[in-house]
Amino acid sequence: MPQDWILGLIGGGLIGTAAALFLLVNGRIMGASGLLGGLVDGTGRGNATERASFIAGLVAVPAVLALAFGPFNTNLTPNLALVIIAGLLVGVGTRLANGCTSGHGVCGISRLSLRGMVATVFYLLAGGISVLVFRHILGAI
Amino acid sequence: MRALFAFLAGGLFGAGLLISGMTDTTKVQGWLDVFGEWDPTLAFVLGGAILPMAVAWRFTVGRKPQLGGAFPPPPEPKLGHNLVIGSVLFGAGWGLAGLCPGPAMASLSYGGIGGLVFLASMVAGMTAAPRARGWVDGLAGSA
Repeated sequence: MPQDWILGLIGGGLIGTAAALFLLVNGRIMGASGLLGGLVDGTGRGNATERASFIAGLVAVPAVLALAFGPFNTNLTPNLALVIIAGLLVGVGTRLANGCTSGHGVCGISRLSLRGMVATVFYLLAGGISVLVFRHILGAI
Repeated sequence: MRALFAFLAGGLFGAGLLISGMTDTTKVQGWLDVFGEWDPTLAFVLGGAILPMAVAWRFTVGRKPQLGGAFPPPPEPKLGHNLVIGSVLFGAGWGLAGLCPGPAMASLSYGGIGGLVFLASMVAGMTAAPRARGWVDGLAGSA
Protein backbone atom coordinates (compact mmCIF):
# COMPACT_ATOMS: atom_id res chain seq x y z
CA MET A 1 0.00 0.00 0.00
CA PRO A 2 1.29 3.48 -0.83
CA GLN A 3 0.62 4.89 2.66
CA ASP A 4 2.57 2.13 4.41
CA TRP A 5 5.77 4.16 4.48
CA ILE A 6 3.94 7.13 6.02
CA LEU A 7 2.52 4.91 8.79
CA GLY A 8 6.02 3.47 9.18
CA LEU A 9 7.48 6.93 9.62
CA ILE A 10 4.78 7.99 12.11
CA GLY A 11 5.04 4.73 14.08
CA GLY A 12 8.83 4.98 14.00
CA GLY A 13 8.59 8.52 15.37
CA LEU A 14 6.48 7.23 18.27
CA ILE A 15 9.03 4.46 18.93
CA GLY A 16 11.85 7.01 18.96
CA THR A 17 9.84 9.34 21.22
CA ALA A 18 9.22 6.44 23.62
CA ALA A 19 12.95 5.68 23.68
CA ALA A 20 13.75 9.38 24.21
CA LEU A 21 11.24 9.63 27.07
CA PHE A 22 12.62 6.53 28.78
CA LEU A 23 16.17 7.88 28.41
CA LEU A 24 15.63 11.50 29.44
CA VAL A 25 13.14 10.84 32.26
CA ASN A 26 14.10 7.42 33.64
CA GLY A 27 17.72 7.50 32.46
CA ARG A 28 17.45 4.08 30.87
CA ILE A 29 17.98 2.50 27.47
CA MET A 30 14.78 1.21 25.88
CA GLY A 31 15.77 -2.29 24.82
CA ALA A 32 12.89 -4.75 24.68
CA SER A 33 15.04 -7.89 25.04
CA GLY A 34 17.09 -6.45 27.91
CA LEU A 35 14.08 -5.17 29.86
CA LEU A 36 12.34 -8.57 29.65
CA GLY A 37 15.54 -10.63 29.85
CA GLY A 38 16.60 -8.98 33.11
CA LEU A 39 13.31 -10.12 34.65
CA VAL A 40 13.70 -13.63 33.23
CA ASP A 41 17.26 -14.32 34.45
CA GLY A 42 17.09 -12.21 37.63
CA THR A 43 19.82 -9.71 36.66
CA GLY A 44 17.20 -6.93 36.68
CA ARG A 45 15.88 -7.61 40.18
CA GLY A 46 16.98 -4.18 41.42
CA ASN A 47 14.57 -2.31 39.11
CA ALA A 48 12.00 -5.03 38.46
CA THR A 49 9.01 -2.69 38.99
CA GLU A 50 10.26 -0.27 36.33
CA ARG A 51 10.82 -3.15 33.89
CA ALA A 52 7.44 -4.74 34.58
CA SER A 53 5.68 -1.36 34.22
CA PHE A 54 7.31 -0.80 30.83
CA ILE A 55 6.21 -4.25 29.65
CA ALA A 56 2.71 -3.69 31.03
CA GLY A 57 2.39 -0.52 28.93
CA LEU A 58 3.86 -2.29 25.92
CA VAL A 59 1.19 -5.02 26.15
CA ALA A 60 -1.77 -2.93 27.38
CA VAL A 61 -1.75 0.02 24.96
CA PRO A 62 -1.79 -2.14 21.78
CA ALA A 63 -4.52 -4.23 23.45
CA VAL A 64 -6.67 -1.10 23.93
CA LEU A 65 -5.93 0.02 20.35
CA ALA A 66 -6.92 -3.43 19.11
CA LEU A 67 -10.24 -3.18 20.98
CA ALA A 68 -10.91 0.27 19.52
CA PHE A 69 -9.58 -0.08 15.96
CA GLY A 70 -8.99 -3.81 15.49
CA PRO A 71 -8.96 -6.55 14.64
CA PHE A 72 -5.24 -6.69 13.91
CA ASN A 73 -3.31 -9.74 12.83
CA THR A 74 0.33 -10.73 13.17
CA ASN A 75 0.03 -13.19 10.23
CA LEU A 76 2.43 -15.47 12.08
CA THR A 77 3.14 -18.82 10.45
CA PRO A 78 0.73 -21.53 11.70
CA ASN A 79 3.66 -23.97 11.84
CA LEU A 80 4.23 -24.10 15.62
CA ALA A 81 7.49 -26.05 15.31
CA LEU A 82 8.96 -23.13 13.33
CA VAL A 83 7.50 -20.66 15.85
CA ILE A 84 9.20 -22.49 18.74
CA ILE A 85 12.57 -22.67 16.96
CA ALA A 86 12.34 -18.98 16.04
CA GLY A 87 11.39 -17.97 19.60
CA LEU A 88 14.29 -19.94 21.10
CA LEU A 89 16.74 -18.38 18.61
CA VAL A 90 15.47 -14.85 19.30
CA GLY A 91 15.61 -15.41 23.08
CA VAL A 92 19.13 -16.86 23.20
CA GLY A 93 20.49 -14.59 20.48
CA THR A 94 19.29 -11.26 21.88
CA ARG A 95 20.65 -12.09 25.36
CA LEU A 96 24.02 -13.26 24.02
CA ALA A 97 24.27 -10.10 21.91
CA ASN A 98 22.91 -7.98 24.78
CA GLY A 99 20.28 -6.32 22.60
CA CYS A 100 17.79 -6.52 19.77
CA THR A 101 16.22 -4.19 17.21
CA SER A 102 15.22 -1.57 19.80
CA GLY A 103 18.35 -1.61 21.98
CA HIS A 104 21.07 -2.06 19.35
CA GLY A 105 19.09 -0.74 16.38
CA VAL A 106 17.24 2.34 17.66
CA CYS A 107 19.17 3.27 20.83
CA GLY A 108 22.62 2.10 19.68
CA ILE A 109 22.75 3.48 16.15
CA SER A 110 21.32 6.85 17.28
CA ARG A 111 24.39 7.34 19.55
CA LEU A 112 26.71 5.97 16.84
CA SER A 113 27.62 2.96 18.99
CA LEU A 114 29.94 0.60 17.10
CA ARG A 115 28.42 -2.39 18.94
CA GLY A 116 24.91 -1.34 17.93
CA MET A 117 25.90 -0.90 14.30
CA VAL A 118 27.80 -4.20 14.11
CA ALA A 119 24.93 -6.08 15.80
CA THR A 120 22.43 -4.52 13.39
CA VAL A 121 24.50 -5.50 10.35
CA PHE A 122 24.71 -9.10 11.56
CA TYR A 123 21.05 -9.57 12.51
CA LEU A 124 19.90 -7.97 9.25
CA LEU A 125 22.22 -10.23 7.25
CA ALA A 126 21.15 -13.33 9.18
CA GLY A 127 17.49 -12.34 8.85
CA GLY A 128 17.84 -11.91 5.11
CA ILE A 129 19.58 -15.27 4.74
CA SER A 130 16.94 -16.90 6.97
CA VAL A 131 14.09 -15.65 4.75
CA LEU A 132 16.02 -16.62 1.62
CA VAL A 133 16.58 -20.17 2.89
CA PHE A 134 13.20 -20.84 4.53
CA ARG A 135 11.06 -19.08 1.91
CA HIS A 136 12.83 -19.43 -1.42
CA ILE A 137 14.87 -22.61 -0.96
CA LEU A 138 12.87 -24.72 1.52
CA GLY A 139 9.47 -23.10 0.89
CA ALA A 140 8.62 -23.39 4.61
CA ILE A 141 7.38 -19.82 5.24
CA MET B 1 6.92 8.02 39.21
CA ARG B 2 9.57 5.77 37.62
CA ALA B 3 6.95 3.07 37.09
CA LEU B 4 4.44 5.56 35.65
CA PHE B 5 6.88 6.91 33.06
CA ALA B 6 8.09 3.39 32.27
CA PHE B 7 4.46 2.43 31.60
CA LEU B 8 4.03 5.52 29.37
CA ALA B 9 7.22 4.77 27.43
CA GLY B 10 6.19 1.14 27.00
CA GLY B 11 2.74 2.18 25.83
CA LEU B 12 4.12 4.68 23.33
CA PHE B 13 6.55 2.02 22.08
CA GLY B 14 3.70 -0.46 21.66
CA ALA B 15 1.50 2.05 19.83
CA GLY B 16 4.41 2.90 17.51
CA LEU B 17 5.06 -0.77 16.75
CA LEU B 18 1.39 -1.38 15.97
CA ILE B 19 0.89 1.76 13.82
CA SER B 20 4.13 1.23 11.88
CA GLY B 21 3.05 -2.31 10.94
CA MET B 22 5.96 -3.95 12.77
CA THR B 23 3.70 -6.43 14.59
CA ASP B 24 2.68 -7.78 11.17
CA THR B 25 5.19 -10.55 10.47
CA THR B 26 4.60 -10.35 6.69
CA LYS B 27 5.88 -6.74 6.66
CA VAL B 28 9.02 -7.65 8.63
CA GLN B 29 9.72 -10.71 6.49
CA GLY B 30 8.95 -8.57 3.42
CA TRP B 31 11.75 -6.18 4.47
CA LEU B 32 14.17 -9.09 4.89
CA ASP B 33 13.05 -10.69 1.61
CA VAL B 34 15.53 -8.93 -0.67
CA PHE B 35 15.12 -11.63 -3.32
CA GLY B 36 11.30 -11.56 -3.30
CA GLU B 37 8.74 -8.76 -3.11
CA TRP B 38 10.82 -6.36 -1.05
CA ASP B 39 8.94 -4.14 1.44
CA PRO B 40 10.89 -0.99 2.44
CA THR B 41 8.60 -0.01 5.37
CA LEU B 42 11.04 -1.08 8.11
CA ALA B 43 13.64 1.40 6.88
CA PHE B 44 11.16 4.25 7.45
CA VAL B 45 10.34 2.90 10.91
CA LEU B 46 13.99 2.63 11.92
CA GLY B 47 14.78 6.05 10.43
CA GLY B 48 11.76 7.63 12.12
CA ALA B 49 12.81 6.14 15.46
CA ILE B 50 16.52 6.96 15.26
CA LEU B 51 15.91 10.66 14.53
CA PRO B 52 14.22 11.71 17.84
CA MET B 53 16.55 9.39 19.72
CA ALA B 54 19.65 11.02 18.20
CA VAL B 55 18.33 14.38 19.47
CA ALA B 56 17.66 12.83 22.90
CA TRP B 57 21.27 11.60 23.23
CA ARG B 58 22.47 15.19 22.61
CA PHE B 59 20.28 16.37 25.50
CA THR B 60 22.00 13.96 27.91
CA VAL B 61 25.33 15.79 27.69
CA GLY B 62 26.12 17.48 31.01
CA ARG B 63 22.64 16.68 32.42
CA LYS B 64 20.96 14.12 34.65
CA PRO B 65 17.77 12.09 34.07
CA GLN B 66 14.60 13.92 35.21
CA LEU B 67 13.88 11.29 37.86
CA GLY B 68 17.45 11.16 39.17
CA GLY B 69 20.22 8.64 38.81
CA ALA B 70 22.67 8.79 35.94
CA PHE B 71 22.53 8.34 32.19
CA PRO B 72 23.91 5.08 30.74
CA PRO B 73 27.71 5.11 30.33
CA PRO B 74 29.13 5.50 26.81
CA PRO B 75 28.89 2.31 24.73
CA GLU B 76 31.66 -0.24 25.21
CA PRO B 77 34.07 -0.14 22.29
CA LYS B 78 34.75 -3.89 22.55
CA LEU B 79 32.78 -6.04 20.08
CA GLY B 80 33.43 -9.65 21.13
CA HIS B 81 32.23 -12.98 19.77
CA ASN B 82 28.99 -13.01 21.81
CA LEU B 83 27.77 -9.85 20.05
CA VAL B 84 28.28 -11.38 16.60
CA ILE B 85 27.11 -14.94 17.38
CA GLY B 86 24.10 -13.66 19.34
CA SER B 87 23.08 -11.25 16.58
CA VAL B 88 23.34 -14.01 13.95
CA LEU B 89 21.15 -16.36 16.04
CA PHE B 90 18.67 -13.55 16.72
CA GLY B 91 18.52 -12.58 13.03
CA ALA B 92 17.93 -16.19 11.97
CA GLY B 93 14.94 -16.49 14.33
CA TRP B 94 13.70 -13.00 13.40
CA GLY B 95 13.61 -13.92 9.71
CA LEU B 96 12.02 -17.30 10.40
CA ALA B 97 9.01 -15.93 12.32
CA GLY B 98 9.08 -12.19 11.56
CA LEU B 99 8.92 -11.27 15.25
CA CYS B 100 11.52 -9.61 17.47
CA PRO B 101 11.13 -9.10 21.26
CA GLY B 102 9.26 -5.73 21.18
CA PRO B 103 6.54 -6.71 18.69
CA ALA B 104 6.26 -10.17 20.31
CA MET B 105 5.15 -8.46 23.54
CA ALA B 106 3.13 -5.68 21.84
CA SER B 107 1.03 -8.18 19.86
CA LEU B 108 0.27 -10.41 22.86
CA SER B 109 -3.43 -9.40 22.91
CA TYR B 110 -4.10 -10.19 19.23
CA GLY B 111 -1.29 -12.62 18.33
CA GLY B 112 -3.31 -15.73 19.19
CA ILE B 113 -1.86 -19.04 20.34
CA GLY B 114 1.09 -18.72 17.95
CA GLY B 115 2.08 -15.42 19.56
CA LEU B 116 1.92 -16.98 23.03
CA VAL B 117 4.02 -19.95 21.89
CA PHE B 118 6.60 -17.56 20.40
CA LEU B 119 6.76 -15.50 23.60
CA ALA B 120 7.10 -18.60 25.79
CA SER B 121 9.86 -19.99 23.54
CA MET B 122 11.64 -16.63 23.60
CA VAL B 123 11.53 -16.57 27.41
CA ALA B 124 12.86 -20.15 27.44
CA GLY B 125 15.69 -19.04 25.15
CA MET B 126 16.46 -16.13 27.47
CA THR B 127 16.53 -18.52 30.44
CA ALA B 128 19.04 -20.71 28.60
CA ALA B 129 21.16 -17.75 27.50
CA PRO B 130 23.59 -17.63 30.48
CA ARG B 131 24.42 -21.32 29.91
CA ALA B 132 24.77 -20.71 26.16
CA ARG B 133 27.11 -17.80 26.91
CA GLY B 134 29.39 -20.05 28.97
CA TRP B 135 29.36 -22.63 26.22
CA VAL B 136 30.21 -20.07 23.51
CA ASP B 137 32.96 -18.57 25.70
CA GLY B 138 34.43 -22.07 26.16
CA LEU B 139 34.41 -22.70 22.42
CA ALA B 140 35.99 -19.32 21.71
CA GLY B 141 38.63 -19.93 24.38
CA SER B 142 39.67 -23.29 22.95
CA ALA B 143 39.66 -22.04 19.35
